[in-house]
Amino acid sequence: MNPKLTRRRFIKGVIASGVAAASTSLWYTASGQNRPAGAVERLLTINVNGQTRRVDVAPQETLAHTLRYKLGLTGAKLGCNRGECGSCTVLADDVNIYSCSTLTHEVKNKAILTVEGLRAADGTLHPVQAAFIQELSPACGFCTSGQIMSAVALLKSNPRPTRAEARQALSGNLCRCGAYDHYLNGVMRASGQLS
Amino acid sequence: MSSHDVMPEMGLYQPVSVEDAVGLASQLAERGWLVGGGQDTYGWLKDRAKRPEVLVDLKGIESMRGVRETADGIEIGALVTLTEITRNPLINERYALLAQAAGRVASPQIRNVGTLAGNVAQDARCWYYRRGLNCYRAGGNLCYADTPEGMNREHALFNTSRCVAVTPSDTGTALVALEAQMVIRNAAGERVVDAEEFFVGPNLDIRHMTVLRAGDILTAVRIPAKWANAEFYFEKVADRNVWDFALVSIAAAMRVNNGVIEDSRLVAGAVQCTPRRLTSVESAIRGKARNQETADQVASLAVQGAQPLNFNHFKMPLMENLVNRAVRGHA
Ligand SMILES: Cc1cc2nc3c(=O)[nH]c(=O)nc-3n(C[C@H](O)[C@H](O)[C@H](O)COP(=O)(O)OP(=O)(O)OC[C@H]3O[C@@H](n4cnc5c(N)ncnc54)[C@H](O)[C@@H]3O)c2cc1C
Ligand code: SF4
Ligand code: FES
Ligand code: FES
Repeated sequence: MNPKLTRRRFIKGVIASGVAAASTSLWYTASGQNRPAGAVERLLTINVNGQTRRVDVAPQETLAHTLRYKLGLTGAKLGCNRGECGSCTVLADDVNIYSCSTLTHEVKNKAILTVEGLRAADGTLHPVQAAFIQELSPACGFCTSGQIMSAVALLKSNPRPTRAEARQALSGNLCRCGAYDHYLNGVMRASGQLS
Repeated sequence: MSSHDVMPEMGLYQPVSVEDAVGLASQLAERGWLVGGGQDTYGWLKDRAKRPEVLVDLKGIESMRGVRETADGIEIGALVTLTEITRNPLINERYALLAQAAGRVASPQIRNVGTLAGNVAQDARCWYYRRGLNCYRAGGNLCYADTPEGMNREHALFNTSRCVAVTPSDTGTALVALEAQMVIRNAAGERVVDAEEFFVGPNLDIRHMTVLRAGDILTAVRIPAKWANAEFYFEKVADRNVWDFALVSIAAAMRVNNGVIEDSRLVAGAVQCTPRRLTSVESAIRGKARNQETADQVASLAVQGAQPLNFNHFKMPLMENLVNRAVRGHA
């Protein structure tokens, strides 16, 4: 299946249902001519993985929902959907956040980076991805994309962290397989401190 | 296509000035809900336990950001995130107590977006209430936690009145210790409230944990110079070091001269509905040496008057030990 086609179909479907929703929600009043200052427009242009994407976003929609179900970017996982596990972690302007607990409208002016955006154009993996493979960091893999994104955020602000700093930086990412030390080995390798 | 977003349908405004936000907040009143970082908010909405109709996202308001020096201390914008607090040089240099407390909230990702205003204005974490049960705090006429079988391990020791929930805010204790002041705007103007009066218990108002009412916006928190560079102690005990709320926490600020405590503020978290000032300990240590001996003499004063529930007796020795450590000055 061609993922691009699916994505396009997704967006079409959403725009259609958005119109249907308008009659029942406050969106109608919010989009009127005399709306109070600050009412949101639904059609957003957002920057995801360096690309400009046009997408129809409901006011209450979470970033995880927009990414997964409208842009076809399923790398951010929904584990708990309430800020308690970290599997939905993505970066907004290089800061790691829970996409399940962020509204897309809240970050519409920020550059969003998901695990899909880490690979170089020629397919080379990001150093954190490569190091996690070499250190056999993931067990089941469900938490992995979140662990990767937290590690990437850490190395952007602190390229040579101590193991304690790495532990702290990844502490908002739960791993039910308990592969924590393997992920930490991966971070130390990615930062060139393991050979 | 299985793609349900568990967020209920609702409106959203993103004002860029305090005036517009105040206008919206007072116009919407109970139908509106202010959002800082949203980290306390979205759980309520996803669970349908609270049902506002319109969100007012404050993050676009530039004047509510940043940390400024004032004639008497500093002013922290209400939208400053907990991560920014832990990294801010002014706060770390003079009011490290607040930086330490903020650094113990939730998880890195939550601190990256959670605001200081949201942290002090967050609602009770009692699981019966969070589940949407119609208890006293929700407007009903019973408490599910304070029953023979109620699970009240995390609930209050002091000053309960029908509701036995505790304050969940880690920064709240530090702000009360530092004698912070909360700057609140509404359609009628601005008022400034001492942190100690900002938090309210169920005897005063069982439906609210703070003096904030619909239409009020907390715009800034001021910290006076009085406790700048004092000796500080913060410790929070929780089941896990990440995500979990305090079982008991302690925030202390002390002026010590030649080893003698001249003045102090000691505040415990998670033992009652508001940050609890330990005034009896404060007066007992005035003029005493800051050492283990003094700590051993006074620690038991902290738990005098405690009225434990079925499952939270453990909080009494825990609190006593934390006070002991705070007074002697090390873990
Ligand atoms: C898994 C998890 C663990 C957590 N652990 C902790 C913890 O250990 N310690 C702790 O202290 N907290 C904890 N929290 C609670 C909370 O999310 C954070 O404390 C955070 O700081 C809340 O800030 P926010 O800006 O995201 O709040 P929001 O959700 O945006 O707001 C919270 C409340 O404050 C109101 N509000 C927000 N801004 C203003 C304003 N400017 N004026 C008036 N009212 C306002 C909102 O209307 C809402 O009622 C946890 C939350 C989660 C989900
Ligand atoms: S402790 Fe308070 S919030 Fe919890 S069930 Fe009782 S009344 Fe409700
Ligand atoms: S899915 Fe977002 S933190 Fe668990
Ligand atoms: S590898 Fe299985 S949850 Fe982390």
